[in-house]
Order: sequence, then structure tokens, then C-alpha cells
Amino acid sequence: MEQVLQQIGIDQYIYLAILLFCIGAFGILYRRNAIVMFMSIEIMLNAANLLLVAFSTYHEDANGQVFVFFTMAVAAAEVAIGLAILVAIYRNIGSIDIDKLKKLKG
Amino acid sequence: MSTTILLLTLIFPLVGTLINGFWGKHLSKKVSGTIATMAIAASFVTSCLFFAYIQGSQEPVKIVLFEWMKFNYFSIDFGFYFDQLAALWLLFITGIGTLIHLYSTSYMSHDENFSKFFTYLNFFVFFMLILVTGSNLAMMFIGWEGVGLCSYLLIGFWYKNQDYNNAAKKAFIMNRIGDLGFLVGIFVTGYLFHTLDFIELKEQSFLAPTLGIATMAFFIAATGKSAQLPLYTWLPDAMAGPTPVSALIHAATMVTAGIFMITRLNFLFDLTPDVQHIIAIIGAATALMAATIALVQNDIKKVLAYSTVSQLGLMFLALGLGAYEVAVFHVITHAFFKACLFLGSGSVIHAIGGEQDMRHMGGLKKHMKITYATFFIATIAISGFPPLSGFFSKDEILLTAFHHNIVLWVVASLASILTAFYMFRLLFLTFSNKFRGTEEQEHHLHESPSAMTMPLIILAVLAAVGGLISIPGNSWLNEFLKPVIKNNAASHPHVLGTTEYMLMGLAVVGALVGLMVAYFKYIKNKQVPVNDNNVSGLQKLFANKYYLDDIYQSLIVHPLNFFGSFFKNQIDGLINGIVLSFGRVPSELSYQGKKAQNGNIGLYLFAFVIGVCGLLYYLFMCY
Amino acid sequence: MNCIIILLIYVLGAVATLASNSKNAAKTALVTSLINAVIALILTGEYLNGNDVSFTQQWISNPNISLSFVVDGLSLTMLLLTTLLLPIIILASFNTLYSKANQLYSLVLFMAFAMAGTFLAQDGLVYYIFWELALLPIFFIGLLWGSDEWKIRKRVMVTFFMYTFAGSLFMLAAFAYLYTLTGSFAWSDLSKVVLSTKEANYIFLAFFLAYGIKIPVFPLHTWQANTYEKSPTIGTMLLSGIMLKMGIYSILRWQMPIAGNVSENILKTVIVLCIVGIIYASLIALRSNNLKRLLAYSSMAHVGLVAAGAYVGNSTGYQGSIIQMVAHGFVVVGLFYLADIIYKRYDTYEIKEMGGIRSQAPKFTTFFLIIMFASIGLPGTFGFIGEFTLLFALSEKELLYAVFAGTSIILGAYYMLKMFQNAVLGSTENKVFAEVTTKEYFVLAVICVVLIGLGIYPKLLTDLFIQ
Repeated sequence: MEQVLQQIGIDQYIYLAILLFCIGAFGILYRRNAIVMFMSIEIMLNAANLLLVAFSTYHEDANGQVFVFFTMAVAAAEVAIGLAILVAIYRNIGSIDIDKLKKLKG
Repeated sequence: MSTTILLLTLIFPLVGTLINGFWGKHLSKKVSGTIATMAIAASFVTSCLFFAYIQGSQEPVKIVLFEWMKFNYFSIDFGFYFDQLAALWLLFITGIGTLIHLYSTSYMSHDENFSKFFTYLNFFVFFMLILVTGSNLAMMFIGWEGVGLCSYLLIGFWYKNQDYNNAAKKAFIMNRIGDLGFLVGIFVTGYLFHTLDFIELKEQSFLAPTLGIATMAFFIAATGKSAQLPLYTWLPDAMAGPTPVSALIHAATMVTAGIFMITRLNFLFDLTPDVQHIIAIIGAATALMAATIALVQNDIKKVLAYSTVSQLGLMFLALGLGAYEVAVFHVITHAFFKACLFLGSGSVIHAIGGEQDMRHMGGLKKHMKITYATFFIATIAISGFPPLSGFFSKDEILLTAFHHNIVLWVVASLASILTAFYMFRLLFLTFSNKFRGTEEQEHHLHESPSAMTMPLIILAVLAAVGGLISIPGNSWLNEFLKPVIKNNAASHPHVLGTTEYMLMGLAVVGALVGLMVAYFKYIKNKQVPVNDNNVSGLQKLFANKYYLDDIYQSLIVHPLNFFGSFFKNQIDGLINGIVLSFGRVPSELSYQGKKAQNGNIGLYLFAFVIGVCGLLYYLFMCY
Repeated sequence: MNCIIILLIYVLGAVATLASNSKNAAKTALVTSLINAVIALILTGEYLNGNDVSFTQQWISNPNISLSFVVDGLSLTMLLLTTLLLPIIILASFNTLYSKANQLYSLVLFMAFAMAGTFLAQDGLVYYIFWELALLPIFFIGLLWGSDEWKIRKRVMVTFFMYTFAGSLFMLAAFAYLYTLTGSFAWSDLSKVVLSTKEANYIFLAFFLAYGIKIPVFPLHTWQANTYEKSPTIGTMLLSGIMLKMGIYSILRWQMPIAGNVSENILKTVIVLCIVGIIYASLIALRSNNLKRLLAYSSMAHVGLVAAGAYVGNSTGYQGSIIQMVAHGFVVVGLFYLADIIYKRYDTYEIKEMGGIRSQAPKFTTFFLIIMFASIGLPGTFGFIGEFTLLFALSEKELLYAVFAGTSIILGAYYMLKMFQNAVLGSTENKVFAEVTTKEYFVLAVICVVLIGLGIYPKLLTDLFIQ
């Protein structure tokens, strides 16, 4: 395991994770399509997962990896519910453009 | 003396009130009137019994029924105190009350609310008796306000006329101003001496710095009830009530309550000479002012009303000079002749169908012989011709004034000369010359029935001989009142010297002058007063009552109404606005904040990311 | 006999009334209130015999709260006022046919329960709970059965609710602070707490906000006239007859004993505010055209005097304010009932549209006169005893207070007689005013008997709280 980290340093992983997270964040901010936004969220989640795994190896502690499994399970559930909601919205208003979803304004 | 009999004196009028109040409608007018008259007559009998008792034994009776109110350092009893002073008032309240009740049975016989009238009248007598027999200031106050209530009810007896109601309301409110004074007086007295009981007050009173406030407050109360400056304006208006009411309440009894109260508290007033001076000055000023107004009045009852105010002023002059027994003497004689005059005017009004304007009267001498005779006697009594009662009592006042202060004497003498003039003016305009009313009225002219003339005759006799109770030099009254009044004149009697006889002579000459002027003006020249609008100069000032009513209207009533409207329309709205703004500020803030919540998910996310970035920056960079 | 029985019966009665149908609801409520009136009289007897009728039970140990209901002279007088006035109020409401009567009368009984609880509770927090609980029923009574358009009515009632509720929160804060000092909410502990002047000032003001709004004291009064006007008569009677006495009772029970050493300046300011309120309200009453509003402002003037007397803080003021609370309770219920009777016949509260009653209904006029003169404190009525004692208390503190507060007896006579003249006297051409019915006669007669009887022999009541 340590070899992996020797070949590619821990900071590279951090950079990658930050990059991924930023891609996800910007994706959410720029795109209006709900499904694409979902994908962006997943990217952000996975950035976090990547970091967890990387640090787990770095500290030689398996806890981090256990967390990742949890996260993945939660993410799966979230996707299931999220997509279901999206389908319901689509059926109602015929679009999943979030600019059209303004019913919650105060 | 059995306390039961004394209490019965009070209970009889109350029983009469209750019977007429609850069942009066079902009783015939005759029964109802008889019950009311009998109730007062029964009181008169017990009063006489009590008078006989106290004349003999000199021992006042105090009856305490129960403890009425209790404070941490003293208590007030529900009790009665029958002494010489009360005895005098009891006698003439119930005595004249009986006569006036009897008179009313005939005078009011055509009124639809006959039984109600007697309910109120009996109720009045009841409260008047409480006023004079209360054993402490608070008990006196029950009567004091109670008679005010009855006065209100009786002035506004013909309630369909809103002018009468206005007069009744005015009387009550003016009296209430005085009543506030009474309350303040009670509070100061109670605070100072820790008692309100008359006997204890007499024993325990001492000169305290604030005692002047109390006596002044009591005097203000008296100016309200006894119609003195500056609170007298209600009394002339109170003539709106039926004439027997004017005779009983607004001439003989209730308006003398102020004099009674000050006499009752003479030991307090003696301690505060400054207040006594004020009383004397106010009394003299009222006497003169009211007399001048009476000169130009054309309403027969108004003349008598101002005359009453004027005579009360003379009584207050005597009170202010410390001559309490003289004031009491004048109260009694005044009760006789003024009641007679009022009842006589009632008889006249009755005869010519409700007309009260003297310009439409005249020549009634022929038609109403008894009324004229009694009226004549009462007029010379009030004008101060010897040997009728008014001469003695008024002369005592003038004598006392002369010995104290020559200015007061001049003012009082002037007032009594004017009295002679306006009373004879009244007499001549009403009874002499030819009738000036309509023919129909003339046709109906008649002497009143015996129920009305009987009281007139009795009162005229009393007005003639009443002065005997206190003839100068040998005064029964002064001796009788000795235990009540601390500085009694009986202990230092007037020496009847040349000065005194000169003064008496002067007073009689003055009255004669008044009589002669009236005679030449109204009998020789047959003048009739002109319309109110055509008078000028001083007469106009008198006719408009020195504009006092207008001054009150614009200085007190209008500002009150103005502030009422101002508070109601402006201030209340302002306060309400401030209160509501406590609700509006958060509401407005949230309304603005709501705009950020525009439903755009992109914006929310953006704000979210910026927020997280800000937080992270803060966490990492600032620590 | 235990005082908690009264509370239980009110709750049971409220449930029973709710369960009954609309027809019998009023009767059920009346029976309940009568039972409680009798029980209250029995309690009074037991109290005078020296029996203990209190109830105490630990409720929550941390924070230390106990269900403690204690009967003493003050509480008992207020309890008597509540229990005796309630049957009168309910009987007076028989004139009106309310829709959903079972709900209405259930709320009325529930309110009586809360008010009685307020008067009995000796634990600060329990007291506070009852205090707030009393607000809910009257809010719904006014909201659902009130007059005028729904929208206006709703705004008035919500303002009333929020205003009084907001004021009460300051009182809760004061109790919380006192708890940190003593570790207890019990009155016996709180009244012994020693506060610095600064603390006392804050606590006094916090209490004042709660009570000043409830009473109401100038300038916290603006909810009152609107609420009285829009509420149904039964609600107005409950509000003015009993509920506003909660404020004065609380001054005597909680505010003065706990924060008595408040700085003299604050105390004087508050008394002056009360007196200003008397004159202010009297003047507005003088210009009021609506009978209910006039009575509302007149009530405010009278209660201002009671509050001033309560804040004087000496024994005369204490007994005077208790006496006048009872007197005012009966007087104001009587006056609103009279207004209601006129409204039933003339269908208006505008004074200008009335008149000519006296010639048609002499009995009604007599009742009107008696209650009106009791209201303006004529000697021989109970109102006089109260006003006399209160003004005397003020004069003990400062004679000028008594003089200025005393102007209320002049102004009171002015606006009342003016109203009487325009509303009852005079003549009318076409309006018909039927004489009082037996039921109305009975209610009015009871009120008059109480007012005159206690006016002549006040010891019947005052022996309860004057040692």
C-alpha cells in the first residue's frame, strides 16, 4: 500500500479531490438540468470519498474506508429517491429545468 | 330619649319612598299623596318630641348602628348624632316639608308621574335628614350627595324636555365639583385627626398646618351645595323643576346644607381665620352680585332664585364673621319666607296655566286674595321691615358685619336695599295694575284650592313671627345653640347701644327706599320691563348674569370637549399606531427578506457555496 | 372542602357543556356556575371558621414547581367575585341566541376555570400558566361570536391577543429571573426575596408591562375599546367584569410584595400614569357616541383609579382596590347588560339613535339610574366605598393625587349623565321599547341589591381581607 503513496504522493490525491469537488460545485452552479446537477453532486460526493480513502491509507486506518462504503450506500439511496422525485416533477410539469421550479418562493 | 323614636324620624320618609316607589303606580293619586305627606308629618311629630326632649335635658343623643368603614388607624361608624343644631334643622325640614308635600298633592294633581314625584320628594327628605343627623363627616356625605341625587331627579322631573334635563345635569355636576372639595376635606381631616366623628373632632382638633386646606375644601363644597360664587350658576337653572321642588330643595332646605355643615364644623373654621375671611368676602360678593342680577329678571321664579342666592350670601357673610348662630337664625327665617314666596309663585303659575313671565302677569290681586296676602307678608319679611322675621335676622347679620368690617357692611346693606327693590318689583308686577296676559288666561284665573293656600297661610304666619326666636338682647336661639358652637355669641351678647339702633334705623330706611323706588316705577308709572334684547349698559350686564355662564362655557366646557375630541381622534390613534408599529416592524422586515427567497434553486446553491466558502475561510484563516 | 374542587367543577362543566346540544348548553353552564357559586360561599364559611382549604401537590421537582392553590382573604374575594359574577353573566346572555352555543358556553366555563386558577395559584409558574390560559377562550369568543365583519374583527382580536400575550412574556422573564435567585416559584419564597433597587426596578417594570396592558393603564390601553366593542356582550362582560381584575389582583399579590422596594421615581411615574389615564379616558368617554365604547372608556377610567390605589402600596390602597374591584365588577356587568338590553330593542349602540326610553320603561330606567349612580360612586352604593377608600389612599400618599384622581367623580358624572340624558330621557316618536322581562328584571335586581347592600353594610365583604 505504501508503495502506492510513494509513487504518487498524498498531495496529488488531495489536488485531484479538490479538482473533482470544484468541477462538481461549478457543475451545480452552472447547469440547469436537474439530472446533470445530480451527476455533479455525485462527483462531489466521490471527491470526498477519494479523500477518505487516500487518508485512510495514509494514516493506515481502515475507518475511513468503512465510511466510504457508508457514503456509497447513502448516495445510492439518495439517487434512488432523487431520481424518483425528478420523474414525478417531469410528469407534472413536463420539464426538469430547475429555473421552472419556483413554487417554493416566499 | 328612646333611640327608636329618633330612628323612626329617619325611617318614615324612607318607608314613604319605598311604598310609593314600588306600589305607587297601583295606588290612587289621593292615597299616594297622603302616604307621602303622612310620612313626613310623622317625622315632624317625632322631631317635635326630640325637640322637646333636648330643650329640656340639653343632652345630645348619639346612635351607632354598626361600623361602616375601617382603615388601619381609624374607623367610620354608621351612626347618627342628634343635637341642638340637628334639632333645628329636623324641625324645619320636616315641618316645611310636610307643608310642601301637602301643597304638592294639589299642585301636581294633573301630572301623570304623580307617585314618582312623591317618591323622589320623600327620598329627598330622607337624605336631608341623614345629612343633618349623620354622626360623622362620611355619614353627612351620604346625605350631601343623596340630596344632590334627588335634586337632579326632581329638576329633571319633566324629563321629556331636554332643556330641563340640561339644567338637572348642570346642577348635579356643579354640585359634584363641590363634592370633590368635601371629599378632600374629609381626607385631610381624617389624616390629621384620625377621626371623622363630630364629637371626637371637636375634642381632638388642633391647629395643624394643613388644616386650612381642609376648611377651604369644605367651603368649596359649601359653595357648590349652597350656590355661592363661583359655583352658584346651577341654582337659577334649577328652577326648571316643579315649583314645590324649588320651594323645598332650592330655597328652604338643601341649599342651606352648606351653612349647616360649616356651623357643624365651626370649631375647625375658628382655627383658620384666613379661610373665614374668604368665606365672608365670597358671601358678601355673592349677596350683592345675585341681588343685582335679580333686579332685571322677568321670570318670577328666577327672581326668587337669585334672591335665594343673595340671601345665602348674607348667611355666608355671617359664617365668615364667626357669627354661626346668626347664620342659623337667617336660615330659619329665610326658610319660612322663601318657601312662602316660592309656593305663592307656584300658586300664581298654577292659576295662569304655567306662565312664568311677569310681563304677562299683573292685577292678580283681585283674583287671588289669599295668595296675594301671604305673598305680601313674605315680601315685607324678606325686605327687612320690622317686626317681621327677616328684619331681625338680616339686621343681626348687618350688625355683625358692621362690627367687623365696614366695607362688608356697606356691601351687605346695599344687597338688602336691592332686595327690597326687586321683591317689591316682583310683587307689583305680579299682583298690581291690570292683567297683561291673554284673555283666555284671564278667564281661567282662580284662587288655588285649600291644599295649596293652607301651607301658604301657615308659612306666612311663621314668616311674620319667626323672628321672635332671636330678638336682639334676649335671644332664645343663641342660648339653645350654646353647646354646639364653641365661640357662642350668647357668651358675649351685643350691647344694644345708640349705634345699633342707628344701624337698625338705617336698614329700615334703606328698605323703604327700595320699596318707594319700586312703587314709583311700577305702580305710579306703570312701567313694564322691556325685552331682554333691548337692554343696555349695566342692565345688560345684569341681564346676562355677568356672562358667568358664558365664561364657564368657553373656559371649561369647551376645552373639555375639545380635549375629549382631540384625545379620541388624534392621541388615541397615535398611541395605537405606536403599538401597532411593534407588530409592523418585524412584518416589514420579513417582507423585505422574503424577496431573497425567490424560488430560484441556482441562487440558493450559489448562496450556499459562497456561504460555505466564507465559513471555511473564516475557520482556516482567522484561527 | 378543598378549593381545587371549584377548578375541577369548572373543567367538568366545560366538558359537559361541550357535549350537550346547543339548546341545553346555556342551562348546563348556568348550573355549573351556580354550583360553584355555592361552593365558593361554603369555602368562605370554612375559611372564616379557620379551616384550611388550600391544596398543595409537588408537580415537577426540577425546576421546582408545585401545584399549589392557597386561599387567603385576597384570593377568596376574587374567587367570590368570579364565581358569583359568572352565573349573572351567563343568565344575562340568555337574551341572545348564539349559534354553536355549546362551544361558546364551554369556552366561557373554561375561561372561568383559568381565571379562578389565576386567583388561587400560589406558584409563580402555575399562576403564569393560568394567566395565559385565560386568554385563549376570550380570544376565540371574540373571534367567533363577535360583531362586525370577520376581517376587522379578526384584526382587533389578534391585536388584543398579541398585545396582552407579549406583555405577559416579560412577566415570565421576571419569574425566570426570580427563580435563579430563590430556586422556587412559590409565592411564600418569592415574597421574601430581597432585591436590590436595580433588580426591583427591572422586575417591577416587567410585571408592569404584563399588568398594565391587562388592566389597562394609559398608554397601554389601545386594545381595549376595540375589543370591548367587537366582542359579544358575554365576552365583554367576562373581560371587563373579571378578567381585567386579574391585572389588579396580580399587582397586589405578586408585583408589590416582590418588587416593593422599587425606586420611588418609578412608582410615582406609574401612579401618575394611572391618574393621567383616568382623566384621559374620562374625556374620551365624554366624546364617545357609541355606548359600548363609552362604557369601555369609563371602565378604563375607573380601573385606572383602582390601579393607582394598588400602586400606592399602603393598607388603605390595598383594601380600597379590592373593594373597588368587586364593585366595579358588578357595576360594569350591569352597565353592559343595560347596553345589551337597549341594543336588543333599538338595534343600535349609537347613543344618538336612542332616547325616549324612560316614558316607556320606568323599571328599566330605575335600574339604569341605580347602576349608573353606583358607577359614579354615589354614597350608599358599593362604588362609593371603593372610590372613597382609594382616593383616601392616594391622599395619604400625596393630596394632589387625590385631587386629580378625584376629578373622575366630576367627569364621571358628566359623561354618564350626558349619556343617560341622550340615551334614556327625552322623547321618541316611533321607537318601541318594551319593559324589562322577568329574567332581565331578576338579573338587574340582583346586581342592584348587591351594590346597595354592600354599600350600606360593606363589612360583609371587607371582613374577609381587613384584619
